[in-house]
Amino acid sequence: MTDLGIAIESSVETGGRGAFRMFLRNKPAVVGSVVFIIIVLVTIFGPGMYGTEAHKMAAGPFLGPGDDAGPLLGTDYLGRDILAGVITGGRTTLFVAAVAGALSMGLGLVVGSLAGYFGGWIDALLMRFTEIFQAMPSLLFSLVLIYLIGPGTWKETLAIGVTMWALPARLTRAEFLRLREMEFVKASRAIGSTDLRIMTRTILPNAMPPLLVAATLLVVIAVLFHAGLAFLGMVDINTVSWGSIMGKNRGYTLTAWWTVAFPGLAIVATGLSIALIGDGLQDAFNPKLRGR
Amino acid sequence: MTALARSIGIRLGQAIGLLLAVVVVVFLLIQIAPGDAALYLAGEQGVGDAEFLAKIRADYGLDQPLLVQLGTYIGNVAQLDLGNSTYFGDPVLGLILERLLATVLLAGAALLFAVVIGVALGVFTARRPESPASHGVTVMSLVGFATPVFWLALMFIVVFAAKWGVLPVGGIEDVRYEGNWLGETIDTLQHLILPAISLGIIYLAIYSRLARASMLEVLESDYIRTARAKGAHERVVVYKHALRNGIIPVVTAAGLQIGNLLSGALRVEFVFAWPGIGQLMISSIFRRDSPMVVGIVIFSAAMVILANLLTDLVYRLIDPRIRVGGTR
Repeated sequence: MTDLGIAIESSVETGGRGAFRMFLRNKPAVVGSVVFIIIVLVTIFGPGMYGTEAHKMAAGPFLGPGDDAGPLLGTDYLGRDILAGVITGGRTTLFVAAVAGALSMGLGLVVGSLAGYFGGWIDALLMRFTEIFQAMPSLLFSLVLIYLIGPGTWKETLAIGVTMWALPARLTRAEFLRLREMEFVKASRAIGSTDLRIMTRTILPNAMPPLLVAATLLVVIAVLFHAGLAFLGMVDINTVSWGSIMGKNRGYTLTAWWTVAFPGLAIVATGLSIALIGDGLQDAFNPKLRGR
Repeated sequence: MTALARSIGIRLGQAIGLLLAVVVVVFLLIQIAPGDAALYLAGEQGVGDAEFLAKIRADYGLDQPLLVQLGTYIGNVAQLDLGNSTYFGDPVLGLILERLLATVLLAGAALLFAVVIGVALGVFTARRPESPASHGVTVMSLVGFATPVFWLALMFIVVFAAKWGVLPVGGIEDVRYEGNWLGETIDTLQHLILPAISLGIIYLAIYSRLARASMLEVLESDYIRTARAKGAHERVVVYKHALRNGIIPVVTAAGLQIGNLLSGALRVEFVFAWPGIGQLMISSIFRRDSPMVVGIVIFSAAMVILANLLTDLVYRLIDPRIRVGGTR
């Protein structure tokens, strides 16, 4: 337990401003943040600036990247501009991933903090409930949810968010279990703070570092998740997304590799930039684990 | 009864309870979802009058109270009856079992590849923490974490099957080798390479980093210093003393990620036309074959629960400290 004690002290010392400075000194994390900001800006403003619509025929079919007659990244089997698709395709995926990440984080926080703070039968009950959701393979579970409630941006967000909250719930519970025995929590209780106040004002801020790191992981998982569902053709067929471009062109992979390669690279770049931010946060909050 | 047997008994009971809870949740989800099953079944027959609807409700037990329906459903699942596929007309469980071997082969090969190479990489780089290879593992694990498995699979097809033509594009066997068992086995293994590596490489990225972190920690511990001090050979220290403890987090992760692995296998099966459970799930969704879809979810949950139970039992046998108490 001495290990944990040291880790807490150092994260308290470096918390807030110190952690932010640490983060800025971490080159991969800064690169990740810059790339992520660029991706978000391109997704928001890019389609308007580029002009060509992603779902409309722009040139002849199967033009390769760099082909003089066609757009920069080539066209697919219907002559749709792949670059336009890459620029536009992030909108739905990033939106769904962000909201689904927040949803699962929120659910996990509520369940995990109640279980960890109160313990006893509340803990036992909530953890058994969490296990039910952990037992069902997440992709299969969200496929079934979409099968039952139908596709559409909000329904997809719900179907992804509902399958991911077990991880933040377990993490929150572990942090609350650890922190509720600390001196400063006992002090807060001694001066008569209510349970709600102790949970939200005393314990939660101290539990935030690992939860923030987990939140970045959840967003990456949600990005891959939505891309996977779109690739399988399980989401709204009228929205253009990186996954759906790849799914629609799957049958032509052998002849037109670029139709699949570039949207996929966009997903990797997005996921990697968020993962680098998460890694940077992890190092900033917990310098002892740096490089592991 | 020994303490070990009792704790195993308790875990077994918990696992059965958990599976029961999954069945209840799935049943409730179907009830919450919009749509009337009787109306749907009538639509399939092309008849829609009230008398026919009432007959369907009676035939399928849809006129019973919800609790009775739930009881019947649980009773059927307990007798291994997951209903009949509306598309094939055959029992769901039989259809799943027919495809189980292909999925287990794919997932097993991917897991083996990931654990063996991942642990080897982790041990190698843990001994040289500042080497380029060591930083390479960190970078690779991040890239692997952010890469969609189906995209990787497609890129492998482009390079190895289309460009170089060294490995088959998809499927599990070639009709050429029918009847020749040796040819068939080699042929299936050839078909297995690309799907298994596409799926395994993602986990390789995770496990190599995990193994490295855990080996770094173990190599710093007191008992390793003692082993070195008494003059044990470095190879004995690393592979005999350190690896035993260093591998535990990898085994934990592998055991807990069986569900995750199944989800990944589903996408890989789709890309490579691998005739497993994932492939069946996706085509059943497009056919709106509800008993099949629900059956596969319950079956996969049972597999995940079983895998977690086995991991737990293996633990109790390996590590005496968690033999009696809980692991969590």
